[in-house]
Amino acid sequence: MMDREQRKVILDPLVDNNPITLQILGICSALAVTTTLSASLIMCLALTGVVAASNVSISMIRRHIPSSIRIIVQMTIIASLVIVVDQLLKAYAFDIAKRLSVFVGLIITNCIVLGRAEAFAMKNPPWMSFLDGIGNGLGYSLILIIVGTTRELVGSGTLLGYEILKPVTEGGWYYTNGMMLLPPSAFFIIGLLIWAVRSWKTEQVEKPEYQIHQVHRTEVI
Amino acid sequence: MSDSLEQTKQSAAEKVERARGMLDAVLALPNESPKKMLIVAVTLCFVCSVVVSSAAVLLRPLQLENAALDRKRNIVEVAGLLGSDGNVEEAFKRIEPRVVNLETGEFAEDIDPARYDQRKAAKDPKRSAALSKDQDIASISRRAQYATVYFVREGDAIRQVILPVHGYGLWSTLYGFLALNGDFRTVSGLKFYEHAETPGLGGEVDNPSWRGKWDGKVAFDDSGKPIIEVIKGVVDQTRPDAEHRVDGLAGATLTTRGVDNLLKFWLGENGFGPFLVRMREKEA
Repeated sequence: MMDREQRKVILDPLVDNNPITLQILGICSALAVTTTLSASLIMCLALTGVVAASNVSISMIRRHIPSSIRIIVQMTIIASLVIVVDQLLKAYAFDIAKRLSVFVGLIITNCIVLGRAEAFAMKNPPWMSFLDGIGNGLGYSLILIIVGTTRELVGSGTLLGYEILKPVTEGGWYYTNGMMLLPPSAFFIIGLLIWAVRSWKTEQVEKPEYQIHQVHRTEVI
Repeated sequence: MSDSLEQTKQSAAEKVERARGMLDAVLALPNESPKKMLIVAVTLCFVCSVVVSSAAVLLRPLQLENAALDRKRNIVEVAGLLGSDGNVEEAFKRIEPRVVNLETGEFAEDIDPARYDQRKAAKDPKRSAALSKDQDIASISRRAQYATVYFVREGDAIRQVILPVHGYGLWSTLYGFLALNGDFRTVSGLKFYEHAETPGLGGEVDNPSWRGKWDGKVAFDDSGKPIIEVIKGVVDQTRPDAEHRVDGLAGATLTTRGVDNLLKFWLGENGFGPFLVRMREKEA
């Protein structure tokens, strides 16, 4: 069904060009909403929907966007889409919208959305841009789900609200790790993930920007 | 007859043709020309504002319904009226909302409880009063003049009264309901419906087992002073004042202190104190 190029556009952002672990974008929301898995999942859906829709709409009008106001045009489209998603959540998924509170609105400032608009949708046709949006959304989702699962399981002993490890406060054996529920723990997990990915895919390791020059003895004199 | 029809058709076709011609002319403009820039910007803003405002307007009834249902659910839950079928509307029929003047403690008959919004009123300088620093133990800075309370009756007697409470925790204002028994002294439930405390730490105010600890605690001493207290650690049940004390949440000292403060405020003389005194006299 899909040719090689299309498959590459979808699969590349999962590991090889992941928006979080390689491009280090979208970190703010990856810290903020990952205390529970269910919140992470909704955030993933919302972000994937917004990136895909914004990529398509920007790609459709890409030949007519004056380059001097292109960022404003992109931001206007993204902001409108985010507001629509936020309103939809408030109407159809009230409990979750309450829990995510401002973070849905903050998708507007998520660099992944603007990054894909500027880097991909401005230069590619709508269908490819749509696939690119889905791919990047999935790449973001993959990391959020890993972080969300780890934090909820270790921090509260539950997954999606179901008890997996019975905590001591409920008469069980598991001492919950409170640090996992605080934002810094997401930094640690994402850092470890980046380390793991780069040990596996060594081409992602960046070259040092400078190297200390080895001075030969004769040069000093 | 058919001639004029033909004519209108033709003129309509002409109009479409002309519009298309104009659109083509605009699209053919060089992207960097000021004219095109202006046209693109204005059209985009127009389209986006139509999309955003229609989403907001079309979904508003559903959103309001959700918010109202959520509020009702919290009230029936704190009263322990929610049956196993989970029918909120049915359970809410047993609840009678009344508006109370907080200064005098009397009912305000002229205000419709279905329409009164206490949170909005607390922001309106005409309908609320600023609190001085030593009054404002719950850190809410302004208090509305009126509050909506909810009665649960059993026959003629009042079984429960549910009071809206709020105050600052660690990161956020906690909004909730406190249910008192018909003696207006004993707590029968506490539930927060809106807060942004750390999930797993301060967010444990939502934990059913912690909320269960409030049931049966006596909020006032014999003179009517609010003495309920959330302590650090676990309450020693052998102490004589154990009935006034509730276990704090581990790892959430500041949220717990916030809960303690907001209860002291709302049960005190600047909160529902006058109303509760009046009700106790009336019922006794």
